Amino acid sequence: MKRFLGFIKKEFLHIFRDFRTMIILFGIPTAQILIFGFVVSTDIKDARVAFLDLSKDEVTQKISDKICSSGFFRRADDLKNYNEIDMAMKKGIVKAVIVFGDNFGHDLISQGKATMSIIADGSEPNTATLITNYVTAIVTDFNMELAGKSAIGNILVQPEVRMFYNPELKGHFMFVPGVITLILILICALMTSITITREKEFGTMEVLLVSPLKPVHIIVGKVLPYFILSFIDVIMILVLSWFVFDLPIKGSLILLLAETMLYILMSLSLGILISTVSKTMQQAIFMSFLGLMLPTILLSGFIFPIENMPEAYDWVSAILPPRYFIVIIKNIMIKGTGFMYVWKETLILMIMTTLFIGLSVRNFKVRLQ
Amino acid sequence: MKEAVITVRNLVKKFGSFTANDNLNFEVYEGEIFGFLGANGAGKTTALRILSGLSSPTSGEVIVAGYNAKKDPEKIKKNIGYMCQKFSLYEDLTIRENIMLYGGIYGMPKSLIKKRTEDLLEKLNFRKYGDRMISDLPLGLKQKLAFSVAVFHEPKIVFLDEPTGGVDPITRRQFWEMIYETADSGITVFVTTHYMDEAEYCDRISIMSEGRIVALDTPANLKKKYNVETVEEVFIKIARPPIPPEGGLKTAHF
Repeated sequence: MKRFLGFIKKEFLHIFRDFRTMIILFGIPTAQILIFGFVVSTDIKDARVAFLDLSKDEVTQKISDKICSSGFFRRADDLKNYNEIDMAMKKGIVKAVIVFGDNFGHDLISQGKATMSIIADGSEPNTATLITNYVTAIVTDFNMELAGKSAIGNILVQPEVRMFYNPELKGHFMFVPGVITLILILICALMTSITITREKEFGTMEVLLVSPLKPVHIIVGKVLPYFILSFIDVIMILVLSWFVFDLPIKGSLILLLAETMLYILMSLSLGILISTVSKTMQQAIFMSFLGLMLPTILLSGFIFPIENMPEAYDWVSAILPPRYFIVIIKNIMIKGTGFMYVWKETLILMIMTTLFIGLSVRNFKVRLQ
Repeated sequence: MKEAVITVRNLVKKFGSFTANDNLNFEVYEGEIFGFLGANGAGKTTALRILSGLSSPTSGEVIVAGYNAKKDPEKIKKNIGYMCQKFSLYEDLTIRENIMLYGGIYGMPKSLIKKRTEDLLEKLNFRKYGDRMISDLPLGLKQKLAFSVAVFHEPKIVFLDEPTGGVDPITRRQFWEMIYETADSGITVFVTTHYMDEAEYCDRISIMSEGRIVALDTPANLKKKYNVETVEEVFIKIARPPIPPEGGLKTAHF
């Protein structure tokens, strides 16, 4: 046991003395959370919209004011006719134009309904969708007010838009689980495969294997520090998202941490497996990066929804462990569901972990033959 | 008669249909410097791995430091030291930390490690470098230090796998002085090398070729037997590299 502790201490020294490792461990997670949270945020704030009000009555005035006072939009100069819409969009002055037709207020009162158009700049589909959703929501709200005051009942017929689980459409909520998933696979799989192949490449692995340390001690001793540090990382990310973005964890924190440990274990065993098949650090980096990082970012549903992928990609995605963890962590953090809703994904991760450990042990034995 | 610390009888190691070690028989005695020579691919590394408990023999009996290599490789590991051709200390740890690590791995008590570390630094005359990172040291010093670490736990046998690769002649000389000292203190030294002048320093040498031991004696006796001046000539006479198959030379890249 004492032998083992000395060995673990040495691994911590390696980590703490290597500037790059420390950056990957603590710098990248912090930066990613902050960047995704603030910069790549999918919220809209101060989006410029213009109005083309051909009716210019009391009702259109009220609706425009309500939209502009919501805090999401900034009012650009009013347009005078339809021809100007195209120009304003092309110049990039506005992200959307809201059009009230002739006699809007009159129609509303006499016929009980009137139509307004929201024309959004489709070249930024994400923003466009958000803007139309926001405007629709504001108008719906206006309808409710109107309905409350008059006896006419619901006047404007609008599609109801309701956002489940993320009513304010806060973008960074979605990114936090993604960042945790990505960071853990980066630290656990990439870093452990590098640290083990480094010993191989430098010849120290031979010396360790000849020493009385058992192979299992060597491997556990090498990955245990990464297990501890990546767990600290997760807690750091959660605390950071809580303080900076007021992100609550809706479900059970204990369940979340337990699932996270399982995922860390899975990533570590994947890292060990990579190190058993690669001879040099370069090979290990190449395999972890191309084989894990890119597919995780692109195919696991972190950024691009799996539902929109062609079927073939969906199959590829099915063999990627992060895909299942993302479902688990989103369920627990954002929807607040319990274990009953994620047991299938949990089971898949467990099977994968067992498989990776089994394969690593087999490869290791062949090497020692 | 000196006592044998390594006994190898009818050792055979096969990888599939390829025979890497073909019926090896030899003994190494206590306190001896035993040179293990052979061209690349002659089967030295395989034999070394079996002797150090890393690999198991296909058949035959191998006894190292009193333990059977097939049954008790773990016990062998506790009683040997090992230094490989690649440099084996951690570059990002200090000299003291490296010694502490290896001493700890071999189960030495902390107080003993500390005392011996100071003795060692004193002896090597670099006490003031004790807290320097290994990466700051010149290669020669590193190599000497790696050797000192390999025998730090006072094993019965130390295996040196091409220990002086890439080292300047002066350091090599000093290195061999350390080897002599170690052998004098009773530790058996088992060394593989490609430098034939180093082979001359050994008490006895064995030469392997194509998986077999083709010569085993003192350097002086071997030179007399083959009627030549140096071990190098003996080596060239008997240790031919494996002959490549027909047409093999055309595609080989040199």
